[in-house]
Amino acid sequence: MTMEPYLALLLLGVLPSEMWRWIGILVGRGLDEESEIILWVRAVATALVAAVVARIVLIPPGALAAVPLWVRLVALAGGVGAFYGIRRSAFAGVLVGEAILVIGMLAFGG
Amino acid sequence: MAGFLLGVRTASTSVFAFVIAVTYIGFGALCHDYGFPVGWAMLSTAIQWAGPAQVILVTALGSGTAAIETAVAVGLSSVRLLPLVVALLPVVKSERTKPWQLIVPVHFMAVSVWIESMRLAPSIPREQRIGFCNGLGTTLVSIGVICTGIGYYMQGILPLVFGAAAMFITPISFLTSAVRGARLLMEKAALIFGLTLGPLLALNKIEFDLLWTGVIGGTIAYGIHRVQRMRSAGS
Repeated sequence: MTMEPYLALLLLGVLPSEMWRWIGILVGRGLDEESEIILWVRAVATALVAAVVARIVLIPPGALAAVPLWVRLVALAGGVGAFYGIRRSAFAGVLVGEAILVIGMLAFGG
Repeated sequence: MAGFLLGVRTASTSVFAFVIAVTYIGFGALCHDYGFPVGWAMLSTAIQWAGPAQVILVTALGSGTAAIETAVAVGLSSVRLLPLVVALLPVVKSERTKPWQLIVPVHFMAVSVWIESMRLAPSIPREQRIGFCNGLGTTLVSIGVICTGIGYYMQGILPLVFGAAAMFITPISFLTSAVRGARLLMEKAALIFGLTLGPLLALNKIEFDLLWTGVIGGTIAYGIHRVQRMRSAGS
């Protein structure tokens, strides 16, 4: 791979990402907010986001792989638990989840 | 303009301002690790604006992966942007919206901006919604670009545990804010199916696991919604 890095960013990074956003405009332009198809797409998008979450936790990239799987799972569950426990605050969920992850990593490997 | 300013204000107090700062400090440090220039790293955040795809691009280019293989991996990871955009458009556009007015707000669409737009846009006047998304997106992208630069120069002093924490903040913030934004039973069901079906397909090394999880899990969740609606109409 000797492609010029800025050209590589445009051709291999931006184009394959941005094209989905443009296709989205073409597909979604004529659709009505209350239509059945939009409701279905919303369900698909939501399931996809959850799948991304599961994938990063189970098959983590880079430095996260050094943290044992059970610590990652406990941190995820603890974060969601904290969200429900602390006034449905996403911020609380993120902070508690991260705290469990960091403490777990320092204590059990990494 | 009122919508834009509201977007800026919303972004600065959103959990995602913090999440994006941490994520992109991590990304900046990663770019330094792989020997990319700082300008390249910041440009990637500004014009690619898709966290997982950016990490894939840097690690693939840095390890000498073939060009086609790199583009396909980036493209597959960004398919998720398509349903986000399709679901967003009817919420933000009005009859007078021209297609070119959608290019900018749509560029900002990533899971973080989508979750906040879908949660908050319905509560503001329709003609302000595109401005709202632009304000939200401009603010979060700016935070991302600046933090990419900061992380790049902090690479030497960041503890190892920061790298792991920066990677973990994506799933934990997506999940808690998606749970917060899920109002319909259908959305809650879609989250549960995504979380259970996703690992099942990924660990069995099914190709395009994310895509299949989205389509299958989303369709079942939508089916549950139909059944629920029929029941309530019948009773």
